[in-house]
Amino acid sequence: MNDEILTVVDLKKHFVVRASRGARAARRDRGDGANGTHVTVKAVDGVSFGVREGETLGLVGESGSGKSTVAYTTVGMYRPTSGAIFFRGRPLFEAGRRRPLDLRKAIQIVFQDPGSSLNPRHTVGDILTMPLRVHQRGKNRVEQVLRLLDLVDLPAEYMYKYPNTLSGGEKQIVGIARALASDPALVILDEPTSALDVSVQAKTITLLLRLQKELGLSYLFITHDLSLMRNTASRVAIMYLGRICEVADTVDFFAHPLHPYTQMLLSSIPVISEAEASLKPGKVVSAGEIPSPVDVPSGCSFRTRCPFAMEVCARMDPVMADAGSAPGHQVRCHLFPQPGRRTEGGAS
Amino acid sequence: MAGEPLLHVTDLRVEFAVFGGALKVLDGIHLDVGRGEKVGLVGETGCGKTTTMKAILRVLPSSARISSGEILFQGRPVLGMNARELSRLRGRGISMIFQDPTAALNPVFTVGEQLQAVIRHASAAAGTPLSARAAREAAVSSLREVALADPERLLGSYPVQLSGGMRQRVCIGMALATGPALLVADEPGTSLDVTIQDQILRLLQALVSERGASVILITHTLGVVRQMTDRVYVMYAGSIVETARTPELFARPAHPYTQGLLQTVPRLTGGGIATGIPGRIPDYLDPPDGCRFHPRCPHAMDVCRQRKPPAFRIGDGHLAACFLYQAGHGS
Amino acid sequence: MSSHPSAARAQGTSAGPVGARRIKELQRASRRENLGRAWYKFSRNPLSVVGLAVVAAVILAALLAPWVTPFPRHAGAFTDFAHAKVAPNARYVFGTDQIGRDVLTRIIFGLRSSLLMAGLVLALVVPPGVFLGLLAGYFRGTWVDTLIMRVTDIFLAVPPLILALAVASVLQPSLWHGMMAVSLMWWPWYTRLVYGLSSQLRNEYFVAAAEVNGASLWHILFREILPNTVSSILTKMSLDVAWVIIIGSMLSFVGLGVQPPEPSLGSMVADGARYLPDQWWIAVFPALAIVVVVMGFNLLGDGIRDLFASEQG
Repeated sequence: MNDEILTVVDLKKHFVVRASRGARAARRDRGDGANGTHVTVKAVDGVSFGVREGETLGLVGESGSGKSTVAYTTVGMYRPTSGAIFFRGRPLFEAGRRRPLDLRKAIQIVFQDPGSSLNPRHTVGDILTMPLRVHQRGKNRVEQVLRLLDLVDLPAEYMYKYPNTLSGGEKQIVGIARALASDPALVILDEPTSALDVSVQAKTITLLLRLQKELGLSYLFITHDLSLMRNTASRVAIMYLGRICEVADTVDFFAHPLHPYTQMLLSSIPVISEAEASLKPGKVVSAGEIPSPVDVPSGCSFRTRCPFAMEVCARMDPVMADAGSAPGHQVRCHLFPQPGRRTEGGAS
Repeated sequence: MAGEPLLHVTDLRVEFAVFGGALKVLDGIHLDVGRGEKVGLVGETGCGKTTTMKAILRVLPSSARISSGEILFQGRPVLGMNARELSRLRGRGISMIFQDPTAALNPVFTVGEQLQAVIRHASAAAGTPLSARAAREAAVSSLREVALADPERLLGSYPVQLSGGMRQRVCIGMALATGPALLVADEPGTSLDVTIQDQILRLLQALVSERGASVILITHTLGVVRQMTDRVYVMYAGSIVETARTPELFARPAHPYTQGLLQTVPRLTGGGIATGIPGRIPDYLDPPDGCRFHPRCPHAMDVCRQRKPPAFRIGDGHLAACFLYQAGHGS
Repeated sequence: MSSHPSAARAQGTSAGPVGARRIKELQRASRRENLGRAWYKFSRNPLSVVGLAVVAAVILAALLAPWVTPFPRHAGAFTDFAHAKVAPNARYVFGTDQIGRDVLTRIIFGLRSSLLMAGLVLALVVPPGVFLGLLAGYFRGTWVDTLIMRVTDIFLAVPPLILALAVASVLQPSLWHGMMAVSLMWWPWYTRLVYGLSSQLRNEYFVAAAEVNGASLWHILFREILPNTVSSILTKMSLDVAWVIIIGSMLSFVGLGVQPPEPSLGSMVADGARYLPDQWWIAVFPALAIVVVVMGFNLLGDGIRDLFASEQG
């Protein structure tokens, strides 16, 4: 726990929304009156993990997994329903208080969609000046903006460009520069390259890795792309319907994927070489729809799609436990020995 | 490829009128699709692959102009078709599955209404109009074909009530319901989760093989191309830079752009991230002379800056538009 | 178009003398390009350009009225019964009215007061209306929203002309009082418009980025959200000028607006109506002037809307 920059403890984030079809979850907690018309979206339902100083933790999942909600809660856009998050030991959420500026400065986020994360009416210079102005870092804004542009390898003339004249990759780089403007220690990357072409993605990831080394940053990397995590993360955690299924160091994770959902994810990835194809576990082929976080299956939420589902899976939700040979590899599955309980199935 | 190609595109050039002049987006596209063939059209954002398809289907916006080229579908020229002929072409001849199933389905009509509308329109355009009941039965069997449970009930559902994967299946059903000879799939499954995308792609593959339809698969995801296609066209900045049979392309990529692209795909086997291809796509308002890729090419030569490379033959069915392969240069 | 990153580094990034000059150049160049692009988009529709031309001409004429009109004194207390009811000719281009005043001159002065009224009404109405809309939209779902929007609804429920009559019955009829009455029921429309936009915009990620950094409410409302509503506001303002002119004309038609002898288009039409059809020019030309100005602003408003339309989304 000592060398962790971020510690998340049993985080839960539930949204109460109107039951009408197509309703989106509220951005701020707003429980309305009568309960009959509302449902609870359990976006994050008990998540615990830590990000060590200087590492990149990959948080992987599909829609409804809650990975973005974890990101948004960490950065302060939401308040947790329960649980706590600590930054270098300091609690991020104190009752009745807004997050202080020095914590806001230290934890930043890069959003997924470059199209909507930049104000179309602002120039790049305006966008980069905003965090500078809020955190009051000196007076020479133009020089600071130019330094930021240089840091991310953008030419100086981009300062007066509007986002609609930039490519997707360039917009995303501006988003990264904006996150770096406050000189943060932890940067949350919410699918930063999902909307980009593969060659642009490579450039952006290379930039992110270089910046991490140069500036000593820690990354919480949210994505659905496991191949990407194989090459950028030091540890990987898989999320499904608001809970973590498996956590491990990257090399160990890909060498020994244990959770059935992990195996389903891996086998669904379209790869471009025979070597990779042979690496994909073949026994769990993707089947079934992802349930909605409004209507999470009882017991283990993955059991409706799991080829190894047993009777106990419907009854009891498994807890996270050490598994596999490598240290730090944890799985939440009844196929593996659960602490303090007799296992009902054998480890695979 | 036996016999006459189903779709034959030659020297297609398309321009868009904008502030400052004309965007010369398509710079001479050559494309062939045979009967029953699955062809991939690979390229990154802005390379013109969607413009190519829109040109073929004649659904370009009014600011676009097809300045030259010939498009033959089943031997008939598409560019000269009148509205009635186009109406027959779209749906029965060529069908399209769009990238975002949510945007492709009208939210205020039920799935059944939309499916039946498509079916009835296509059959009327072919001269064999269907009754409402026959159309409804065709809609149900279409939904069943795309492995959707309880098709009768689904007919009365609105798109917003379905998941992303189900909507994509409905779109596939709509596209196939009219029995097209050629299916154009624009980034199918890109907007879906990877496990759902896998299901959709496998479904598409099965359905297409069953019917012997041809497919043009537009995508920027190389893994999907490798999985699903027989032949690939690689596009860059409005031109086809390389084409080959799929296994050949991945085993021996010839064009520097293809090579660069393959390098940048993160591998499951590890090995880190490549630095990407330097530079950015050209400004279509004022594209570079000669080969449009030369400003970013590690092997650029003088001739590349002066003349646009024609397609050189490298192997059986393998062509690359690169002066590196001009006779006398070696590979 | 963009130089390679290493070239930028080589130039140095400090805003020293060389850097600062280059930055000013870039700023000017990009402003020029943005303006050029904006004009290109605007001018795609020739009608928009017509609207712009009409509006520009009207505004110029109104501003320079004392110097461009042939008979500026006719706009005040003036009579010349020797030349009353003269048909349009070389000297009196639109003819003269029943007491000998040049119709053209009075139309231009009348436009002047119409535009003045429109300008003042909008200046009074737009800032508070927009501000309330921004606030209510950003705090949508809370008591702030409820309070502001219900008050807005109350004002919207009152029929404008009745309110104007009520105000006039209490206070003396004058242009100023007419304006106040019109302003009182105009601001809610802006609040409504901006409320809708603001409540959507606050969900955008660029607003979240500002919130995450702890930006002040002022920054979020006025520097993040407001600029994205400007296009709609401008379009509405342009169309509203037309509306204010019409309402002002209605008010003066019933005697509640500008008082004689000051010229006002509405009262000119009202007074001239009894001389139809023989001395048709006394009523018809002012009416045509209203039509032309209103059309001009409408076309301009359409053009503004088209200008911003493709940029967003």
